[in-house]
Parts: sequence; structure tokens; C-alpha cells
Amino acid sequence: GAAGLSGAGAGGGAERSGANSEDVRCKCICPPYKDHSGHIYNKNVSQKDCDCLHVVEPMPVPGPDVEAYCLRCECKYEERSSVTIKVTIIIYLSILGLLLLYMVYLTLVEPILKRRLFGHSQLIQSDEDIGDHQPFANAHDVLARSRSRANVLNKVEYAQQRWKLQVQEQRKSVFDRHVVLS
Amino acid sequence: MESEQLFHRGYYRNSYNSITSASSDEELLDGAGVIMDFQTSEDDNLLDGDASIGTHYTMTNGGSINSSTHLLDLLDEPIPGVGTYDDFHTIDWVREKCKDRERHRRINSKKKESAWEMTKSLYDAWSGWLVVTLTGLASGALAGLIDIAADWMTDLKEGICLSAFWFNHEQCCWGSNETTFEERDKCPQWKTWAELIIGQAEGPGSYIMNYIMYIFWALSFAFLAVSLVKVFAPYACGSGIPEIKTILSGFIIRGYLGKWTLMIKTITLVLAVASGLSLGKEGPLVHVACCCGNIFSYLFPKYSTNEAKKREVLSAASAAGVSVAFGAPIGGVLFSLEEVSYYFPLKTLWRSFFAALVAAFVLRSINPFGNSRLVLFYVEYHTPWYLFELLPFILLGVFGGLWGAFFIRANIAWCRRRKSTKFGKYPVLEVIIVAAITAVIAFPNPYTRLNTSELIKELFTDCGPLESSSLCDYRNDMNASKIVDDIPDRPAGTGVYSAIWQLCLALIFKIIMTVFTFGIKVPSGLFIPSMAIGAIAGRIVGIAVEQLAYYHHDWFIFKEWCEVGADCITPGLYAMVGAAACLGGVTRMTVSLVVIVFELTGGLEYIVPLMAAVMTSKWVGDAFGREGIYEAHIRLNGYPFLDAKEEFTHTTLAADVMRPRRSDPPLAVLTQDNMTVEDIENLINETSYNGFPVIMSKESQRLVGFALRRDLTIAIESARKKQEGIVGSSRVCFAQHTPSLPAESPRPLKLRSILDMSPFTVTDHTPMEIVVDIFRKLGLRQCLVTHNGRLLGIITKKDILRHMAQTANQDPASIMFN
Repeated sequence: GAAGLSGAGAGGGAERSGANSEDVRCKCICPPYKDHSGHIYNKNVSQKDCDCLHVVEPMPVPGPDVEAYCLRCECKYEERSSVTIKVTIIIYLSILGLLLLYMVYLTLVEPILKRRLFGHSQLIQSDEDIGDHQPFANAHDVLARSRSRANVLNKVEYAQQRWKLQVQEQRKSVFDRHVVLS
Repeated sequence: MESEQLFHRGYYRNSYNSITSASSDEELLDGAGVIMDFQTSEDDNLLDGDASIGTHYTMTNGGSINSSTHLLDLLDEPIPGVGTYDDFHTIDWVREKCKDRERHRRINSKKKESAWEMTKSLYDAWSGWLVVTLTGLASGALAGLIDIAADWMTDLKEGICLSAFWFNHEQCCWGSNETTFEERDKCPQWKTWAELIIGQAEGPGSYIMNYIMYIFWALSFAFLAVSLVKVFAPYACGSGIPEIKTILSGFIIRGYLGKWTLMIKTITLVLAVASGLSLGKEGPLVHVACCCGNIFSYLFPKYSTNEAKKREVLSAASAAGVSVAFGAPIGGVLFSLEEVSYYFPLKTLWRSFFAALVAAFVLRSINPFGNSRLVLFYVEYHTPWYLFELLPFILLGVFGGLWGAFFIRANIAWCRRRKSTKFGKYPVLEVIIVAAITAVIAFPNPYTRLNTSELIKELFTDCGPLESSSLCDYRNDMNASKIVDDIPDRPAGTGVYSAIWQLCLALIFKIIMTVFTFGIKVPSGLFIPSMAIGAIAGRIVGIAVEQLAYYHHDWFIFKEWCEVGADCITPGLYAMVGAAACLGGVTRMTVSLVVIVFELTGGLEYIVPLMAAVMTSKWVGDAFGREGIYEAHIRLNGYPFLDAKEEFTHTTLAADVMRPRRSDPPLAVLTQDNMTVEDIENLINETSYNGFPVIMSKESQRLVGFALRRDLTIAIESARKKQEGIVGSSRVCFAQHTPSLPAESPRPLKLRSILDMSPFTVTDHTPMEIVVDIFRKLGLRQCLVTHNGRLLGIITKKDILRHMAQTANQDPASIMFN
């Protein structure tokens, strides 16, 4: 459909001028009447035409009964924005995917890399080693080492190590000592 | 309350490595956000050659311009880091408010100087509105993202839309013409997992395959959620409202409202809701909104440097959070006022309302549910209620109160066990086990397999002729010629009875599982499960009353209102009242709950039943224990929260609570000009007190002021690094004029600038009721006790909390923080 026109992201809902024609509908629900079973009718009409006479086609009851049938039906005009939904889900899945990759990298790949680069002696395990793994165990020494240098890449690494220390502190408070948020 | 030199200076944040260790979240401000405003009000000895360049000297303290004659005094520079707080400490509200007033005065006084200054003052005045607008926008956008993603992922457990994988079940079948009246959900584009994997859509094989896939998806979502929380942001777990209450009362938890916590909370909230666990997203949405508020307040120096002003923004943000969670802007403001905020100045009321409206507007324009309503279960009723129905409504209130009391006790007992025993060592395993049990038991019952919000909507919706669920399987009189709205009371068909059985089982299941689910290490809220439990109970009672009225319409109470053929009882209304009663029973909200529920349903005519039920549930719940669930969690964690709703009615005096007690070592004090740098450093190292009173001399014990530990440490370190001649034996001088020293002694260190010259004092005979009131109303951290004008001891907030716990026969050792 005309996907691009109705605006991506958060703002798209209110204005409908260029909307995807599949995104509006008039839905009429008609309950069982005499010996006709209940039925649901969907049609793509504008809001002023959203009533039983325009939407219910073919009319299941003969002429004189139409009014009684239509009085029972309830018609609602609905619109949605499929573009918003699509964009939101894709954004969400990509952020989730990136976080998953980063998590796999931090917990599995990085310790292997560090162990290969710096040798076994430098990996000091942190104080407690309970059950689950501690991904940022070597943050302290990396932090100490990189404090002296000052170019951009090391600034990034310094910031990252500082963040890891923070997360480790938080993890200790929440999971190990149960001080906060139990 | 005069603002002393302490407040005349700004300060700038820097990664001051020895103090602001890794527990600071000020990465946002490294090097940015610098407010350098050097002003001195005394001792402006301009004579030293190495005065800092570009400083202004203003005598703002009126008199005492007589400078001392000591030529070697350096100008007082603001010491970086003074005035900030440690993690897990309480702020000093008085100091922050004075700082803000001083800043405001400064900007106003410079306003007339130039157009630039005028613009700056306008910007300063309007920055409050800008922060609040940005917060509302961000909260609305994030709530839209969470709603859309949670809807989609919940349906992912059952199947997938082949034509467009991003649609959930309802959206996938939106445009299809193959939906029938009885089976409104079936359409060929939506395939369940059984259809995709083994090719069958019906039959026992496909049921088992659907079951297995449901459990698989539920477990993987739960596992993902808890791993993300554990690896990236451990503060993102739980509801957030107890911690936000504590933060708003003045506590500092660094990183709790940071950007990583925001991102992880948003992402894992969707996963947790989608995994079918018995939790809701309202509490976490409040946390998300407060994170947005905190992050935006860092863009404006008015808020980023002042902790008290930041909390005004956080109050407004929490109103926006509830507003998007329920579609109730007014209810959100009242919730912020009643439950979350501690000090709520009236100008915050208008701003909170504005934030709530902006957030609601943004959410509405994203339009997540395709029907321009904010919340899935917005139902509009217009059927009247009758006076005799007050009896079942009050019964529902009693049920709500009983359930609330039971839930609070059970949940706190379980959380305490998790906190102190081995159960708490395996959080990931715990989440997986809870998710597995929930998934295994929830799948067979169609009412628990549903998303909880959809269950509530189905229960709130009254049975008209257009409904075809088994809950609405009444025996109709087919020849009746009534139109849509006015269906009379009918006898129940078999579908209704089987639905009632399933609902009873669902009720028991939800009651038990929510006790174990609230508090696990994923974002979890409490509002939706409580409302679901209340709605189930209410609907069952409503159907019972309806059938009673139909079969016994000649009884005395029914005769007047419920004749044959009249539409008398609306079971959906009972569900609504039950939901409100249960939510009130567990959180003990009053006004805000009633407003939220009637904004949810649009029915002003139901205020009386709602109020009757909520009041009854609150009274019944209070009979078992005065605390709501959030206060109970605050007490469990030992946060230093002085509850404004509790009254202290004992007749103890200040002398009974103050420290030092008779058996303790004497009060650790600093003297005005007798101590050396080394003495102070030793004192700081040997004790762990947060502050020290400064007295004139040990003989007179007359009070001069109060110095905080953090400020002393920072000032001494900075002096040792930056000033020449400061060694261990330098005298530290807190007075205005340095004492005359022999010529060869090292330079004295002047620390008057970090001294708080106006500490609060009470006498030792002050009743504790008044002391507690002072602490509560002014937001103090500590208060000095004097006797006949001489310093006797100190009372801190922790002492007060311990004393209150002791007089209430609780464990005083559970108060953990300062």
C-alpha cells in the first residue's frame, strides 16, 4: 500500500490525508435475526458513509425487514496506522537484536579475547563468584591501566570501563547484597 | 534562615576521582555544564598575586567588609565538588532551596544589564516548562512503543501473521473478510504455530504443539528479560515506585534514573509482559517517565545542579507516567500528589498536569490500538445502578481489603525470604521457574491465556446482542423485538456456568502467582494483576446477583426496581467496582484511584459505588495493617523514608533519642581554630559520621556551625593539591579571622566557606513529636541538640527512623541508610 505517506514514527496518527487506504474501515456487527445467523461486515468507506445501509452488502433480509435488521446492527468507523506499527516493531526488534549481540559479546567473547591478549595472570576474579557469571570482572585493572593515556579510543574505552564498574556496583547492591530493590 | 557564603557560589562537576568514584552518573556532564561564579563576601584580600583570573568580587553579605590584615590569605575560590552528595545519602532540602533562591536572585539582579541577560532570565523562567514538555513527549512516545511492541510480542506466543509479520492477531485479521460472527479472530493470514510446524490447525496434536510453543516462547522471553536486566542495568528490575517515592523524599540513588536503566526498562518491560507473567506495566511506566524527566533535566543547569528542583520535575514526570498508563491525566496528577511526591509545591501541580496532558496527547496521536482510545479497556456505560446494589458493592470492597492485606503480608514475607536466604542467590533461575509455572497453568484456561488487559476489557464489557463469548451465553428470547441497548435480564445458559468455573480457577491462580511474581528481577507492576483479580471477583458477583434478580424478582429488595423484562443488573459494572476495590486494597490509594477509574470508564454516574467500594476496602485493609504495598517495600528495604502519613504520638523527648547516649563516646566535634589538618583527617578516618558540629572551644561548647564529611574531605584534598604550604600540621580555621600564629608555622587553611552557619537546633527538652514534625516539614538530615545554650548531641534522620521503629515494635536494625 501507500506506505510512505502517512508519516513514520510517533506523529503519524492524526492527519489522514495521505493515509493508506487499507488502514480505514467501517465495521458493522449484525447479531442473529430470525433465521439468519450473525455476521460481520467490513468495508472501506469514509466516515459519513459508515452505516448499515452502505456497508451491509448483500442485504440478507428482504425489503420490509431491512429497517429492523439494521436497527440491531452496530457500525463503527475505525482507523489505524500500519506504518506506525511496522516502524515501531522494526525499531524495537533492531534495538533488541543489538542489545543481544552486545550482551553475547560482553559475556562470552570479551573474556576470551582479553584472556588471549593479556594472559591468564591479569584476570583477577572479583570478590564473590556466586552461581552466575560476572561479566565485568576485569574492569578494575583495565580502568587503572588506561587512565594514563588520553587519545579518543582510550577515552571511549575508559568511559566503557567506568560504566562497567557502575553496573557491577549496581549488580552487587541488587543481586548479591540485596540492599536495594529486593 | 539566611543563606551563607556556602550558597553564594556555584560549583562545577568534574570527575574528581577520589570522591566521585565510579558510582556517579555524571558522565553526561564531564566538562559540560560548568557554572563558575566566583563571589566572595568576606576576606576579599586582593593582595595575593596568584588570584584567579576572571573572578568577580561582590560584597553580598552587607557589612563586615573590614578585611583582615593577614596578607597571605588567598581568595576563597569555590572548591569543586562541594555541595554534591554521595550515593545512598539524603539531600539537604534547606540548602538546595537556598541555592536555588540565590541563583534566582542573581539572575534577576543582572536582568536589567543587557539584552543577553534578559534573554537568559527569560530562558531560566521558561526552562521549567520546556523540561516538562520534553518529558511528556518522551513519555508518550515510549508508552506508545511499549504498547505496540507488547501487543505484538504477546500474540507471538500463539502464532504469526504471514503476510506482514509485524501485525498482531487482531491487526492481521483487520482487513480480512473471512471473519465470522462466532469466531471473530479467525482469518487465513494468521497462522498458529501448530499450523506452521505440523500443518494441522485442529485436533489434539495441534493443541499439544501450541502448548509447547507457548511455553517455549514464554520461557525465552522471560530468560531474555532477566539476562538483559542482569547484564546491563540491574536497577531496572521491580516496579520502581517504592524507590521513586524514596528518591522524591530526598534520597540519592545514582544510576536509578539513568539512560541505561531507561533503555533496559523499556525493552525488558515488553519482554516481561509478553512472557505471560502475572504483572502489569503501570509501575514501570512511572519509572520510565521519571527516567525521561531526569535525563532532560540534565540539559538545563537550573535543574541539573539543584537536587530539590530536579525533584519537582520528577513529580511532574510521574504524573505523565500514570497518565499514559491509564489514559487518565487528572488521575495521574492526583496519583503523583498522593502516592509518589513528598513535597508538592502548588506550581508543580500546574506543570504536572501539563506534562500529563502532553503525554496523553502524544500517545493518542500514535494511536496504538486503532480506536483512538488510550487504554485497551476504556468502556463507556450508561446504565443506571440501584440502591440495593450498594450491598454487593460493599461486599466487593471487603473482598478487596482482605485481598490487599493478604497480598501485602504474603508478598513481603516472600520477598524477605528471598532477601535473606539462599532463594535470592539464583534470580535468573527464579524468573524462569515462575514463568514456566505460569505458562504451564495458564494455557489450558482461556481466561488466563489471554493477555491480562484483554481479560479486563472482556470482563468490563457488558453483554449485548453483539457479544458471542461464552461469558455472554445467555438464553435469549429470539422473538423479542427489543433493540440493541436494552436487553433485559436473562437466565444464564450453560456457557455462562462453565465460564464462571473457569473464572474461579483463574482467580485462584492469579491470586497465588501474583504473590510470587511481584518483586522478581524483571520490571513488574502491580496495577493490572490487582485489577484483574478484582474484575474477576466482581464479574462473578455480578452474574450471581443478576441471576438472583431474575429468578427471584418477587423478593422484597428486587421488586421495586427489577421487574421482569427490565434491564436491571449490569455485571460489567460489578467487575469495574471490584477492580477498583482490589487496587485500593493493595495500594491504599483513595482519591486518585476513584478519579483514575472514572476517567477510564467515562462514567460519572458511578462515582458513588466506586467510592463506597474503595472506602470499604481501605478501612478493611487498614484494620490489618496501615501500610500499602509500596510503604511495606520501603520498610523492607530499609530506605530512610519518613512517611508523612504516619503519626508519631509518643511522649519521648529529644534527649532520649539524641546521640551520644550515656554509654557512647563523646560527640565528635571540630573546634573553630584549634585543630590541624592532620587532626581532622584522623577524625574523618576513624569515624564514619556524616558531619561534625563545629564549636568555639572545648570549654565553652558554644555552637558555630556544622561541617559535612564529604565537603571536608573534598576541601582538604583540594587544598593539599592546589594551595601551597598546606601540610599536615597547618591549622584549620573556621572563623572569619584567622588567629595570630607564630611566624614559622605553616599557612593556615581557611575552611569557613564549606561551613553551614545556620544548623537547626532544638533543646534537649523538646518533645519528639515536634522534632519529628520539624524533620518532616523541613526535610532535615540532622538536627543539633543544645542544653542551656551548649552543644549536647545530635539527632539524625536515621535515629528518628530507628526510634519510630522501636516504638512501633519493629526491628530498628532494619533501617539501613542515612
